[in-house]
Amino acid sequence: MRIRNTGRRSESVELMMTPMIDIVFQLLIFFILTFKIVLPEGDFNVKMPRGAPARGNPLEPTIPMKVKMTANDAGQLTGVYLEQVKMPANDPFGALRARILQVVGANTGPDSKAANQELELDCDPNLHYRYVIDAISAASGKVMPDGQIVKLIEKIKFTPPPQH
Amino acid sequence: MRFTHRREAVSAECDMTPMIDMTFQLIAFFMVLINFAEADQNQRIHLPTSQLAKPPEAPFEIPVTLHLTKDGTVIYAGEEVPLQQVEPLLRREKSFIERGLYGKHKPRDATVIIRADAEAKAGQVQELIALCQGLEFEKFALRAQQEEIQGGT
Repeated sequence: MRIRNTGRRSESVELMMTPMIDIVFQLLIFFILTFKIVLPEGDFNVKMPRGAPARGNPLEPTIPMKVKMTANDAGQLTGVYLEQVKMPANDPFGALRARILQVVGANTGPDSKAANQELELDCDPNLHYRYVIDAISAASGKVMPDGQIVKLIEKIKFTPPPQH
Repeated sequence: MRFTHRREAVSAECDMTPMIDMTFQLIAFFMVLINFAEADQNQRIHLPTSQLAKPPEAPFEIPVTLHLTKDGTVIYAGEEVPLQQVEPLLRREKSFIERGLYGKHKPRDATVIIRADAEAKAGQVQELIALCQGLEFEKFALRAQQEEIQGGT
């Protein structure tokens, strides 16, 4: 029996690229339009139970170091005081960090003075929050020339706001 | 003599492969960078900067994010209220925590993330913290924008 060639031609299977490219471009436009550059954020962890006594060694209760910050009506910083001593106006937070480092020392182990020391921030209610963060940064650590961070005081609390 | 003119039909097809490759790479790039966790961000808040603010090593177990604008309003879960009216919202959050939305906890297990504007008043931040303390929240994270470390200070 002779089998005839039925005349089936070799069919070229062509993929329809146009719809795929359309979708791909739409996706691309969606991602470009919704793209937002998000800057990295970090936290200062503060534990502040209401009215609780300072935790630490009960045999050696630590008196919190007091930092007072004053402001003008516009919320700009006018003075930083550590235990009632005014820090120099040109770099108050640098001076504050240096004074804290003098007091707590460079040893920052778990039983060190820095680990047990508390800091109480007494801020003018009008003061801009950025100065509060500057003060917390100054008190909580120091960046060494090689980029390493040395931790100082971690127990930070606020003076209770005046009752209305 | 007869010449037969044999001109073949030239198909002018451009090679799409490199373009599609590039497009897919661009899509992959944007997909990787897209930030779905925008619930704890608000573009109205300009955070203060600090070199020492470090991102948390692990995500907080029970985060409660409060945004404080420079006008003194608090944005919580998409709702913007004056500072004086934030207490009912926090009470609601407290009851969610206690009733087991996150698996029966106490407010002291939650971390209140405070994203205050750099120009917000310190007194208002303190009031907000005091309000939270009144509802037995104990752990706070004061959020700041990370500043690049450029040598020592």
